[in-house]
Amino acid sequence: MTHVYGVKPLQVGRHYEIDYIHSYGEVSDFFLGLKEKKLLATRCTKCGATWLPPRRDCGKCGAKTEWFEAPQEGKVHTFSILHFSAEAFLHEVPFVLAYVELPGIDTVFLTRIKGCNPEDVYIGMPVRAHFRRLVDWTPNDVWFEPM
Amino acid sequence: MRRVCVVSGGITKFAKANLNTQEAMVKDAVDYAMNDLDGRLDLKDIQSTICTYFSDHFNAQLLFDSLTQDYLAMCPRPSMRIEGGGATGGLGIRAGYMDVASGLSDVCLVYGFEKMSEVNTAKGNEFIALASDTDFDYPVGGFYSGYYATMAMRHMHEFGTTPEQLAKIAVKNYENAFHNRWAQKHERWTIEQVLNAPMISTPLTRPMVCVMSDGAACLILCTEEWAKKLRPNGDYAVITGVGCGTDTMRLGDRPRGDVIPLPGEDPKKYEYLKGRWPGVHSFRGAREAARQAYKMAGIKDPLREIDFAEVHDAYASSELQTYEDLGFCLYGEGGKWVDEGGPYVGGQLPVNPSGGLIACGHPVGATGIMQGVFTLWQLQEAMDKHCTDRGLGSEGWRIQVKGAKRGLCHSHAGTGTYITVNIFERP
Repeated sequence: MTHVYGVKPLQVGRHYEIDYIHSYGEVSDFFLGLKEKKLLATRCTKCGATWLPPRRDCGKCGAKTEWFEAPQEGKVHTFSILHFSAEAFLHEVPFVLAYVELPGIDTVFLTRIKGCNPEDVYIGMPVRAHFRRLVDWTPNDVWFEPM
Repeated sequence: MRRVCVVSGGITKFAKANLNTQEAMVKDAVDYAMNDLDGRLDLKDIQSTICTYFSDHFNAQLLFDSLTQDYLAMCPRPSMRIEGGGATGGLGIRAGYMDVASGLSDVCLVYGFEKMSEVNTAKGNEFIALASDTDFDYPVGGFYSGYYATMAMRHMHEFGTTPEQLAKIAVKNYENAFHNRWAQKHERWTIEQVLNAPMISTPLTRPMVCVMSDGAACLILCTEEWAKKLRPNGDYAVITGVGCGTDTMRLGDRPRGDVIPLPGEDPKKYEYLKGRWPGVHSFRGAREAARQAYKMAGIKDPLREIDFAEVHDAYASSELQTYEDLGFCLYGEGGKWVDEGGPYVGGQLPVNPSGGLIACGHPVGATGIMQGVFTLWQLQEAMDKHCTDRGLGSEGWRIQVKGAKRGLCHSHAGTGTYITVNIFERP
């Protein structure tokens, strides 16, 4: 039944919903690796640039990359405590969104910091990767906690 | 390439909810621009249009550009939809510029809109966050205020920028918008109130973040020949510089390298940032867009050669970051520049005299064009004429940059993925 929100002008409710069948394609191994408690990154075979999240083709020079296992200990590059969010994550606030630096990785990796009081997180804080046992095949299968 | 002029602009009052349809909002903005030409331009003289809006999700209607083109009675003339996240409007001006400069069109109507009120704010934030990598970034906590907050935290860490300096920018923009009748917000804030407002994402409090908005805006671009006909008194602007830069979709993938120097700059000046730039604290795309636009317009000393700027302040922090990218101050000195009064009306280079996105609102597809409209009105010394509303207490003359000859508008998408810089000048 159509829900009416107003009459002049006439405002009515509309519903739209869809499920996608999404392919992770050439970076599937990253998600499969999380189930094995591994952080899989890629390294350019030509210029040596390292990518986490991984890329099949180097984002700097375009050459092919190869997989390697990234270290699981690093430090917080920057972070924020979210008290509001998109609807999908609203029930999870407050949570800590952070970019983590890992040795030998040129990029910084977006993740959540858990296992501590959000107020205790600081830039430079040593952190270690933790993995879900029951994966949902998203980057949330890994997060970081203070060491 | 032919010289491209801007002769007129129009906007709707940006609002939390405008219950007209999108096409009627656009028509209202176009009517305003046409009326401001006192009947010298006939609709039939418009040879092409550029339509800009950001999200199909907000509309649940694909090919909306056909609805608006039809509604404006522009069929069967050429048209093109441009979309580039938050920079949609700025890219639209660039597309209109290309249309006229190339000779494809003598008079081009660039119009944009967004109607964000048909979903709640959290859902709207979800739609916006879909403009981040949905494999790796969005699922972790997709929320643009969160992404920008992490940039601000790093900027504070690298350079000692303070929440007070961010609050000052918000206060400035609300104060300016108070005198702009088109702005969504007519509020006055103190630094303490901004700092003590509810936290959205540390260090950004509610008033440091722009809001969901409904609105439309348009600009009429044309050749110089047409401009002289439409504005016989010479009261038009010339686009003397256009620039566009890009960066990686994922903020975390940005390099840590060396600063791109602006025209005439000695790269040695940035020795202190060697191997650290842009990182997550600066916008390489903005620097590149500025470099191109300054080169084209012959600008070597932006602080002295630009009279005012309308920049994309979706966040108080991103306005501060942008001062540095545009070369208004050195990297790391954005906060100091605010403390010194640089970006205030009456300061060295007023930034967002209109009130910017924080206070005017950010109906995404209209935003970049709105900035162009305010830039034109500044150059026409027409802020009082267009922006005053005694009932609201708005006195447009207070935000008029007196004697302004050259203005900059900066439009910005994603976490800095698409950026345009357009320079408007008096002829």
